[in-house]
Amino acid sequence: MEAVEPRTNYLNADYGIKSWLLTKDHKRIAVLYLVSITVMFILGGVFALLVRLELLTPGPDLMSSDTYNKVFTMHGIIMVFFFLIPSIPAVLGNFLIPLMIGARDLAFPRINLLSWYIYMVGGIITLVAMVAGGVDTGWTFYTPYSTAVSNTNVIPTAVGIFISGFSSILTGLNFIVTIHRMRAPGLTWFRLPLFVWAHYATSLIMILGTPVVAVTILLVAMERVFNLAIFDPTRGGDPLLFQHLFWFYSHPAVYIMILPPMGVMSELVTCFSRKRVFGYNFIAVSSLAIALLGFLVWAHHMFVTGMSIYAALIFSFLSFAVAIPSAVKVFNWTATLYKGSISYDAPMLYAFGFIGLFTIGGLTGLFLASLGTDVHLTDTYFVVAHFHYIMVGGAIMGYLGGIHFWWPKISGRMYPEAPARVAAVIVFIGFNLTFFPQFILGYLGMPRRYHYYPDEFQVLNVMSTAGATILGLGYLLPLTYLIWSLRYGAHASANPWNATGLEWTTPSPPPTENFHETPIVTHDAYDYEDFDFETVPLQEVKVG
Amino acid sequence: MPSFFQLFPEQASTISKDVDALFWFITSVSAFFSVLIALLVIYFAVKYRRRSDGDRPRTVEGSLGLELTWTIIPLGIAMMIFAWSAAIYVRIYRVPDDAMQVFVVGKQWMWKMQHMEGQREINELHVPVGRAVKLTMTSEDVIHSFFVPAFRIKQDVLPNRYTTVWFQATKVGVYHLFCAEYCGTQHAGMIGSIIVMEPSEYAAWLSGGAGKSLASSGEVLFQELGCVSCHRSDSGGRGPALTGVFGSTVKLQGGTTVTADEGYLRESILTPQAKIVSGYQPIMPTFKGLVSEEQLLQLIAYIKEQKSSGEDPNHGSR
Repeated sequence: MEAVEPRTNYLNADYGIKSWLLTKDHKRIAVLYLVSITVMFILGGVFALLVRLELLTPGPDLMSSDTYNKVFTMHGIIMVFFFLIPSIPAVLGNFLIPLMIGARDLAFPRINLLSWYIYMVGGIITLVAMVAGGVDTGWTFYTPYSTAVSNTNVIPTAVGIFISGFSSILTGLNFIVTIHRMRAPGLTWFRLPLFVWAHYATSLIMILGTPVVAVTILLVAMERVFNLAIFDPTRGGDPLLFQHLFWFYSHPAVYIMILPPMGVMSELVTCFSRKRVFGYNFIAVSSLAIALLGFLVWAHHMFVTGMSIYAALIFSFLSFAVAIPSAVKVFNWTATLYKGSISYDAPMLYAFGFIGLFTIGGLTGLFLASLGTDVHLTDTYFVVAHFHYIMVGGAIMGYLGGIHFWWPKISGRMYPEAPARVAAVIVFIGFNLTFFPQFILGYLGMPRRYHYYPDEFQVLNVMSTAGATILGLGYLLPLTYLIWSLRYGAHASANPWNATGLEWTTPSPPPTENFHETPIVTHDAYDYEDFDFETVPLQEVKVG
Repeated sequence: MPSFFQLFPEQASTISKDVDALFWFITSVSAFFSVLIALLVIYFAVKYRRRSDGDRPRTVEGSLGLELTWTIIPLGIAMMIFAWSAAIYVRIYRVPDDAMQVFVVGKQWMWKMQHMEGQREINELHVPVGRAVKLTMTSEDVIHSFFVPAFRIKQDVLPNRYTTVWFQATKVGVYHLFCAEYCGTQHAGMIGSIIVMEPSEYAAWLSGGAGKSLASSGEVLFQELGCVSCHRSDSGGRGPALTGVFGSTVKLQGGTTVTADEGYLRESILTPQAKIVSGYQPIMPTFKGLVSEEQLLQLIAYIKEQKSSGEDPNHGSR
């Protein structure tokens, strides 16, 4: 048993607020991101609860229509741009990519810190715009409503999002260069953990897609401020051009949100079944396939805009095609379990939850890729349910699974296992109760973004709101016990899970320089068969 | 209207059964794969649970055969759904020739309907059962979307552009009409009813509203706005004659051609310089701001009625 003795690590190497705000250590920057996106998640969550509370009854009773429209808009903007997009890449990716590839830091540590500052500036501008009156266009900013009609804070909010986009471009750039140039000796591309592959694919989308949304937002701003006619139909502009440009980024952005948790999944499923991943090459390549095909499906958000039938056929076809690599991943994770040695630690419970919810989220995408059913379903609660199964059921389950899994590495402490398992189950149940009824609501015809609705939709809305409160409780639990564990949690050994992967060969928490000696890699990823297990059961780790 | 609680929407158009059949097929496929994955995960998780900390499972090598199987089978099913759904989509948007026409103008936050016979309605649309109805729609301001769940149809309604969709109701009743594209403060209030009636009742309802037909209102406008002084019915006017122009192929300056549909007529009234008919001068003034969306539709209804009698349909001009 490793004795608990004071040791210099990245957390205690330096003290004081300045040592954090001026740090170039990727691990500390990851922690800065962790704190920032947690605040954003809580804000976005409060807005979500307000939406659900308003929808508890058919009538408009909690707030005015203008307020409601601002509330769902801010929920979307905060969750998409300031939580989901940065979540796993900026926190876990930032922390783990150098550790996983045996590097001392990312390729550009100063740019890494810059990206956090840019994120903060963008986030604060958006929050100020919100406090100063908010914005009511929906997170999609559709024209001509956003350019010609809405008199809310469209410009400040758009500026905030525009700025934060650069943070994600810089992060993507940093990851790509790091993965190309800084892998440890012996760590060939096909020995990389799949988490790294997923982030490589994600980074490609970040640097290729984000500039397009930045330009689009700029065009909206120019139309509003300088009165240029780009999207305004009364002056020869085309409002549908906006939708094409917007979705050219915002559909791939969905893959920015889901590829990283897929990477987390591959780490969790292998570790907790002590098995080499099934079909490594297929999972790795499917990430790239998703990233590339993801750029070719954007107009499936526009099947009822009156677009050409032939264009619709092509986009529908490609949307079905992009479903296949995701299915391949799910089948491979399931096959990885076969003949494994499976334990039910909290991260694995989140992984099971991910498989279930992502499968439903992915399959319900078929209804929307399918032209004949999409006409009926688009812009209804079916779409809301579908993308929440992907983004909350998939991305957030993956994020929480990852946070629990690497919490010992990040904090040097173990989280308490029992409440963590309970929380995972509560989140799963609350999630399904919140969002499954919305599939039915959608097929019944309840449109999205309705402040009030006909009476016959109420029962399903009540179920959804009840689920949301359970889900909210499920999220509060980890927030509480993870903070608790910082002080009272058991000290973590270097490798509490008996996981392969270079990040587990260095102490928890790691020293500032990550590794005392540059590791040399001689094995494939997830080589559990040849792995030297530490046989000390977790319970014997001394409580500090 | 639906009752207090329901799980599945009414089927009230010729297309709704087809959409539902596809829906149930995809639902079965989804349920099959969800249950398959869930059962496999649960079965493996229980059967191969860690029994002792000393468990050292053997590596199971990947299998190209399996990878191909679970790539090709889902791909095949996906392509099948694709083809099936594409066929339905084409039916939803290809309007039958014999459809009766209704014009729809969306604005924040109401739906305005005009029947060819002249009846106007707000947030209500009366239609006969068993008859195809074509909607030609535009918006006065932002994007809206015309959505009738019981008919399984939806079509965005855009400013400065006409979009069309059609339906044929199969059941007498009252059905929800929703705006499905977020359009501002009272988006949730932009709802109405489609009232499907027996043909005889519909005929009675039509005759109940006195007033001119859409085309004759258009004719009055055509006189009042002075269109007639240039667009004379003989071909000697400063502008092209409009007899038989609708649906014809118009030769433009520069040698291109355009089909004279509603969108072309609308553009020619609002932005006359955009497309100049071959052989005419660009002298027509714009009528932007002088005619409302409803009046535009009346003018178009009038022009559509000016059918040619035996002239060369390809020599139509405006």
